[in-house]
Amino acid sequence: MTESSTGRALQIDGLDVYYGRVHALRELSIHVDEGEIVALLGNNGAGKTTTLASVSGVVPARSGRIQAFGTDVTTAKPWEIVGAGVVHVPEGRRIFSRLTIHENLQLGGYLVKDEKVVDQRIEEVYERLPRLAERRTQQGGTLSGGEQQMLAVGRALVAGPRLLMLDEPSMGLAPLIVAQIMDLVQRINESGTSVLLVEQNARAALRIAHRAYVVENGEITLEGPAKELAADSRVIDAYLGA
Amino acid sequence: MSQLIWNGLFVGSFYALVALGYSMVYGIIKLLNFAHGDIYMLGAFAGFAMLTMAGALATSAGFLALLVVLLIAMLATGTAGLILERVAYRPLRSAPRLSVLITAVGASFALEYGMRLVAGPNPEVYPVRLEGTTVHLLGARVTVQQLALVVIAVLLMLGLQWLIMGTGTGRAMRAIAQDPKASLYMGINVNAVIARTFFIGSALAGAAGVMAGAYYGKIDFLMGFIIGLKAFTAAVIGGIGNIKGAMLGGLVLGMLEAFGTAWLGGEWRDVFAFSFLILFLTLRPTGLLGERVTERV
Repeated sequence: MTESSTGRALQIDGLDVYYGRVHALRELSIHVDEGEIVALLGNNGAGKTTTLASVSGVVPARSGRIQAFGTDVTTAKPWEIVGAGVVHVPEGRRIFSRLTIHENLQLGGYLVKDEKVVDQRIEEVYERLPRLAERRTQQGGTLSGGEQQMLAVGRALVAGPRLLMLDEPSMGLAPLIVAQIMDLVQRINESGTSVLLVEQNARAALRIAHRAYVVENGEITLEGPAKELAADSRVIDAYLGA
Repeated sequence: MSQLIWNGLFVGSFYALVALGYSMVYGIIKLLNFAHGDIYMLGAFAGFAMLTMAGALATSAGFLALLVVLLIAMLATGTAGLILERVAYRPLRSAPRLSVLITAVGASFALEYGMRLVAGPNPEVYPVRLEGTTVHLLGARVTVQQLALVVIAVLLMLGLQWLIMGTGTGRAMRAIAQDPKASLYMGINVNAVIARTFFIGSALAGAAGVMAGAYYGKIDFLMGFIIGLKAFTAAVIGGIGNIKGAMLGGLVLGMLEAFGTAWLGGEWRDVFAFSFLILFLTLRPTGLLGERVTERV
């Protein structure tokens, strides 16, 4: 991969995506600078997950352009995206429940040729998340929801991401666990990984994000520094509640 | 008694080889590949063609020649499996399961009657028989060649077990069996791994085809039909989608047949085998290992 001079981890320009006749994304443009945490906020069905799926090469773009670290990946295959350092932690965690925790982590490093590197990264994940280390031989399905989310993030780390895309990591988790997850994401970011964080839980996301976008009906309706959005009355009314 | 066990073991080991491919493919894309038995038939004919071409050479080289033929036949059927997947099944990946199932039946007929066009409708006599030095093993009469083929079958199964449990490809297969979409996010080229699964399963069936040709001495273009059903039965007995189950199911079915034949007479063999299929589907549809062992491919 060629190093980008612009320092952009991700640049999406005028992205249009259709599901059959449904126009899911309308000329959506967002970017993530290297080193940033960017939150993509919005309600169910607004197009957040579609945006990530499109970057990951799982859903094709009708028009527009997606660049990762300066390379055009608009039509790249999912494994090429992962190979380019863009790793997606999918909605609902999607851990392999019948495989062991250790095997789940090994799968995260599927494209890493050097097994030593994989083993070393897995050890780092175990150091960061000792709960997983204790249970490495257990099946993934035996973990609690929060632990499964930790595993999903840990699994993505084994791929060696330069940009980590997280889809609703707080979903279905108790506030205390959500805080732990957000803390984990922040620490990952501090060690040099850019983050695109998709969340319905705007409050939790804005707490750690540098910048944020709000997406409604497949269009970006608001964008700005996280602090400003957190104070914006439209965001407060629509997403932060009382 | 021990002769019966030995016969059961021998037949069971190639039921197991065929059942493995059935079970792997079912595990990974939930398809009952009805053409799988015909891949086995293809293996038998590939072996036959090579042995016939080699002629006197093969007869004099004997067992060693059979080994080489086995290996080449495995490559040939593995490739046939790749083509089958690419041409017949991959275009239907997101189609309803019934469409794929019907396609599998169609593929089965295509292979059977394609072979009838090439080789003719009459049975062929296999140029190599498993005769030769007989040894007495715990009261059973066994030829050295039979013994060697069972050892090869066991080695193939151990190799497969290692591949699935101990390698990255095997892990990817198990991951896809559980969640193909999440596997994409791991960077797994799902179609490539599915193709590899077809190659491996078909190669094992091809090996069984050559073994069966040498054991029974006669092959024909429909020989894959019954063995396909038998392998399906073996896979169900063991717990379909379960690798260890397929091996166990094959051996159990082989034993059941050997004893059933001895007690009831040869003409009851298939009735006996398929009664067990019905029995298992009714009483224990998850098979012998379907619940305890949870790893599936």
